[in-house]
Amino acid sequence: MSEYSSLREMSADLAKGAYSSVELTQAHLERIQTANAALNCFISTNAESALAAATKADQQRAQGDQRATLGLPFAHKDIFCTRDILTTAGSKMLSNFVAPYDATVVSNMAAAGMISVGKTNMDEFAMGSSNENSFFGTVSNPWDHTRVPGGSSGGSAAAVAAGIVAGATGTDTGGSIRQPAALCGITGLKPTYGRVSRYGMIAFASSLDQAGPMTRTAEDAALMLGVMAGFDSKDSTSAERHDAWLDGVVANGIAVLDRPLTIGLPREYFSDNPNFGGIEAAKTELEKMGHTLVDVSLPHTESAVPVYYVLASAEASTNLSRYDGVRFGHRCEDPQSLQDLYERSREEGFGAEVKRRILTGTYTLSVGYFDAYYLKAQKIRRLISEDFQQAFTQVDVLLAPTSPTPAFEKNQLTDDHVAMYQQDLFTVPTSLAGLPAMSLPCGFSNGLPMGMQLIAPAFREDLLLELAAQYQRQTDWHLKRPEAVV
Amino acid sequence: MSQEPTADPEGESNEIDVGHLAALARLAIHGDASAKIADDLQAIIAMIDTMQAVNTDGVEPLSHPLDTTARLRSDEVTEHPDPAHFQSGAPATADHYYLVPRVVE
Repeated sequence: MSEYSSLREMSADLAKGAYSSVELTQAHLERIQTANAALNCFISTNAESALAAATKADQQRAQGDQRATLGLPFAHKDIFCTRDILTTAGSKMLSNFVAPYDATVVSNMAAAGMISVGKTNMDEFAMGSSNENSFFGTVSNPWDHTRVPGGSSGGSAAAVAAGIVAGATGTDTGGSIRQPAALCGITGLKPTYGRVSRYGMIAFASSLDQAGPMTRTAEDAALMLGVMAGFDSKDSTSAERHDAWLDGVVANGIAVLDRPLTIGLPREYFSDNPNFGGIEAAKTELEKMGHTLVDVSLPHTESAVPVYYVLASAEASTNLSRYDGVRFGHRCEDPQSLQDLYERSREEGFGAEVKRRILTGTYTLSVGYFDAYYLKAQKIRRLISEDFQQAFTQVDVLLAPTSPTPAFEKNQLTDDHVAMYQQDLFTVPTSLAGLPAMSLPCGFSNGLPMGMQLIAPAFREDLLLELAAQYQRQTDWHLKRPEAVV
Repeated sequence: MSQEPTADPEGESNEIDVGHLAALARLAIHGDASAKIADDLQAIIAMIDTMQAVNTDGVEPLSHPLDTTARLRSDEVTEHPDPAHFQSGAPATADHYYLVPRVVE
């Protein structure tokens, strides 16, 4: 088994008996042991439960179970609640938290016979674009250990890029799957809001949070999406959909794209950024594949970052009020009063960026400011959503850069919070509109991977995956590997 | 970009009162940390204030990204959780209650 085998390749090998799931799982656990000291991409491993699940998968296979997902190892971002296994969300607040139940994503993947080998590092409560906000330390980018992997799903992105796992779960509130995927040279898919259940996924901003797959190939992203997605009565925003392509994608893979597409290039994403050689090459490649590129406009793009930081911070300040030192999580020593218990537990348990966002949200929601900030932001959110609706009357999908820059140096932006927030420039508009979007490797800049972003109308992940798979059949950017992982 | 918050609807001083915000957010913030946070918040609010230039006259707010409403369910008990299991991670409990410092003397 190769370090860089895809999930589909491992599935085929397991089916023909080239190795067992127990052997495959042991190899993955050994890779974590070898590579994690240099990368810090895992917060915890679960060897015992992983090997038990792999043993069960091998037994099921021996009894005739032929599901494509059976016995495949992967990793979970440490934001999904796992019964009897630590779930930290990258925070001191939850450094001792063992959830009493499994997230729906966790139970879906376990039911498909997939083997979670460990839980990956992340920015605290998914707030960050560099993974430097984790209580468990910064993650290194496998392409250059002096640089960040992006965030907040930086541990998942680094683990996949380094060949430790072929797939990992991520979550994306304003770009937290797509931006680290771009900075680590992997494939990341943020599905439509409502496609994947949020039940048991620790909440940051509930009107934006969405889970998705992080893999090396589009085919593997489709495989994982087919397992992760689906209606869930435990999530009141879960979408009740019946999409035939999704029902068949695990068994059949991605359908071949059978028509040329009209691909829109939103001019607001390209105007100030001369450093997009990879995107220019991708445009040429897509035209060679028979697609038509046209200019479109998304006129409210510039307002997306401020709108996002109003809405996401407001929702975060509300969601994180549950961490009070009473029912679970960190409690301060020797509290003198109930107020003291709340205030010191939260002061000690939260990191600096989480506090900034809580206070920003508290400010914009406070008396006298609600209309000027929260309501204003919700109105612009509608304008941003309408921009996309208008564009999709002219084009099938949109093509844009994923991130303004390749991976930046550690500590480069830690003191300039507003500059760090601008990393989300190209990813937050789609989050605000709830649309599916995908980042694919499309080239390199000074040895660092670059990502391109495809955006589709709501619930048209099939278009993204079909176009991405076609692009990856014609190019090999997704097959490039960092030279020295450890 | 404006360097000062401009959206104060009351026309009063818009200097950020970190102590008040911290009290609302139940965060203990003291001394030097307070001044640093005030500077950080001023910069963030200045960035946020750039959105005030957008004309939103007649635009309805959008709260759900796909403009739908949350689904409701019938008011029926569907699960019977085990309190001991749910409280196993709590800092202090007794008889299925959570223990906190005395509130009423």
